[in-house]
Amino acid sequence: MAVEQLAPAARPPLFYDPRVRAIFYQLLALTLVALGGYYLVNNTLANLARQGIASGFGFLDTTAGFSISMSLIPYSEESSYGRVFLVGLINTLLVSGIGVFFATILGFLIGIARLSRNWLIAKIAAAYIEILRNIPLLLQLFFWYFAVLRTLPSPRDSVQIFDSFFLNNRGLSSPSPLFEPGFSAIPIALAIGIIAAIVVARWARKRQEATGEQFHSFWVGLGIIIGLPLLAGIFTGFPLSWDTPELVGFNFVGGMVLIPEFVALVVALSTYTAAFIAENVRSGILAVSHGQTEASFALGLRRSQTLRLVIIPQALRVIIPPLTSQFLNLTKNSSLAAAIAYPDIVLVFAGTVLMQTGQAVEIIVITMLCYLILSLLISGFMNWYNQKMALVER
Amino acid sequence: MKLFTSLLMAGAAVAMTTAASAGTMDDVKSKGFVQCGVSQGLPGFSNPDQSGNWTGIDVDLCRAVAATVLGDASKVKFTPLSAKERFTALQSGEVDILSRNTTWTLVRDTALGLNFAGVNYYDGQGFMVRKDLGMKSAKELNGASVCVNIGTTTELNLSDYFRANGMKFNPVVFEKADEVVAAYDAGRCDVYTTDQSGLAAQREKLKEPDAHMILPEIISKEPLGPVVRHGDDQWLDVVKWTLYAMLEAEELGVTSENVEKMKESENPNIRRLLGTEGDGGKSLGVSDDWAFNIVKQVGNYGESFDRYVGPKTALGLERGLNALWTDGGLQYAMPVR
Repeated sequence: MAVEQLAPAARPPLFYDPRVRAIFYQLLALTLVALGGYYLVNNTLANLARQGIASGFGFLDTTAGFSISMSLIPYSEESSYGRVFLVGLINTLLVSGIGVFFATILGFLIGIARLSRNWLIAKIAAAYIEILRNIPLLLQLFFWYFAVLRTLPSPRDSVQIFDSFFLNNRGLSSPSPLFEPGFSAIPIALAIGIIAAIVVARWARKRQEATGEQFHSFWVGLGIIIGLPLLAGIFTGFPLSWDTPELVGFNFVGGMVLIPEFVALVVALSTYTAAFIAENVRSGILAVSHGQTEASFALGLRRSQTLRLVIIPQALRVIIPPLTSQFLNLTKNSSLAAAIAYPDIVLVFAGTVLMQTGQAVEIIVITMLCYLILSLLISGFMNWYNQKMALVER
Repeated sequence: MKLFTSLLMAGAAVAMTTAASAGTMDDVKSKGFVQCGVSQGLPGFSNPDQSGNWTGIDVDLCRAVAATVLGDASKVKFTPLSAKERFTALQSGEVDILSRNTTWTLVRDTALGLNFAGVNYYDGQGFMVRKDLGMKSAKELNGASVCVNIGTTTELNLSDYFRANGMKFNPVVFEKADEVVAAYDAGRCDVYTTDQSGLAAQREKLKEPDAHMILPEIISKEPLGPVVRHGDDQWLDVVKWTLYAMLEAEELGVTSENVEKMKESENPNIRRLLGTEGDGGKSLGVSDDWAFNIVKQVGNYGESFDRYVGPKTALGLERGLNALWTDGGLQYAMPVR
């Protein structure tokens, strides 16, 4: 007996439903990737165990047994490998930070110089960019290192500057401050001064937008930043003494030493990256339509004011994304320190520690994670800054 | 759908592969040559000459191993390795044997998954300074800058020595031995430290070799020898007994010149060594004339030593600790029988 069937259901059977299919295939792909990853890790661990190679992260507590030529945190031969990692990381951050700072300033200057109306300045800037962009960084680094090394005298014939700075081929020895109790008032005063200067600047800008009256916020801010710590110092009697370097036997003892490897690395990184940043800056400035320049001239602004107040703020939209790439390049290029004995994380951790413990897999993974996190932080910050600089359309 | 099935097949194929674990001996025999890890250029131990041929006592050991396993000492390929990558290259299987003036220590023998097959050079660490500094002993080096190669026992011994003597120093650490020497020559540091044999070898590369002197103190034991991987007993035996065969040959007076005649000798030790009697070769898994091939094509230990690091060479090193035990040194071959 035929039974009356209703019209086919609105929802198709499970396997033909496009949404279900999509989810199913995505889950399948995810499972395959997870299985692949699990297989790789398992294979590595099994092979390491089979050959009797030590694995695991316990080595980070073992005593290091070697010394490092430059370290911003206290370090001795009895410190652990974990501490070696921190020292290397801080050295990398230091050279990257200072390199980024100088590269940006130099890059902006050269980029603007390339667009100068003065023919000679423009050509010199162009020559700088072309030469430095096209020579490999490693060769430039060797050039700076050996140019710095060989021209400087040995410690016994150091160049003396101001009676307490000594320049020789072991580095620049300068007096280091010794903090006595009660010194903490001065940095606190400095912090308060900076915050106060920012508040004053904000208040002055609001007042200018409301009433049109100008205020010397720059000079007042500068005065606060210098004056408050000075006052704090006078009240506490300047609890600061200096540890001056003295020539004892081979080298200078006491004070701080700026090793030539550090100087060579910073100079090479900054000048090389500045050439790339200069081109980014030039493209950003050229991207702003010429109508803006003409309009601001018509309003009576001078060339330098036009550049500073009208052109660069608009050019920053185009400059910042490639600038992020250049900062990341500089941070990763700092690993070339391994070629000239600067103790950054690659030389000290992925070099000496890897050699002593033989645990190549763990150490390289940690080093890669370090660079990855550092790069993500830099690009995250630059993206936030980019958002801030974006033009607000009315 | 086609793409999906092919991906599934690929995934299954990958999941089914297992790590193949043939012994190194079988690998070498099927490859037809020995892959030998050597240094990047240390005169006397492993150094390419003008035509690119590798020479040195470490190189000779690799060639002797090739003579043992393959019957032909020329079937060796060399991989120059820096101090940083030498162990990773051996662990990963990139080289079959590491003959790179490597010091035998506890950590390397255990945690790195490696086995040392013997000592082909007993050495110690020393210091080199400029003569015009007027130093007479290493104890006067407080506060000096020291150029050293990264990740070697040299670095650790240096720290230990200065710490034990209450002295301070500034390390300048480079990756390649050439860079260390160049920095010392440029005056970046006051002292250059490495094994005594290395000091003698590298002094030749300096601008004015006679302006430098080697201080008398030897601050550590550095037994240098060939290294192979854990878990490869047969290969370890082959390398070990190759070295012992070279020493035994020198002890018995068998040289590359007289080895043909020595085959007919009445001395039972010589007959066993050269394969006329006994089946040492079979137990090792090689042909009976393995030791004969070694001495004929490479020479015995003394010949190799004199050729590359002996008193008549540029390095000018005496046998010293490396003399045979019968001459008061430390080189002692286990009986080849």
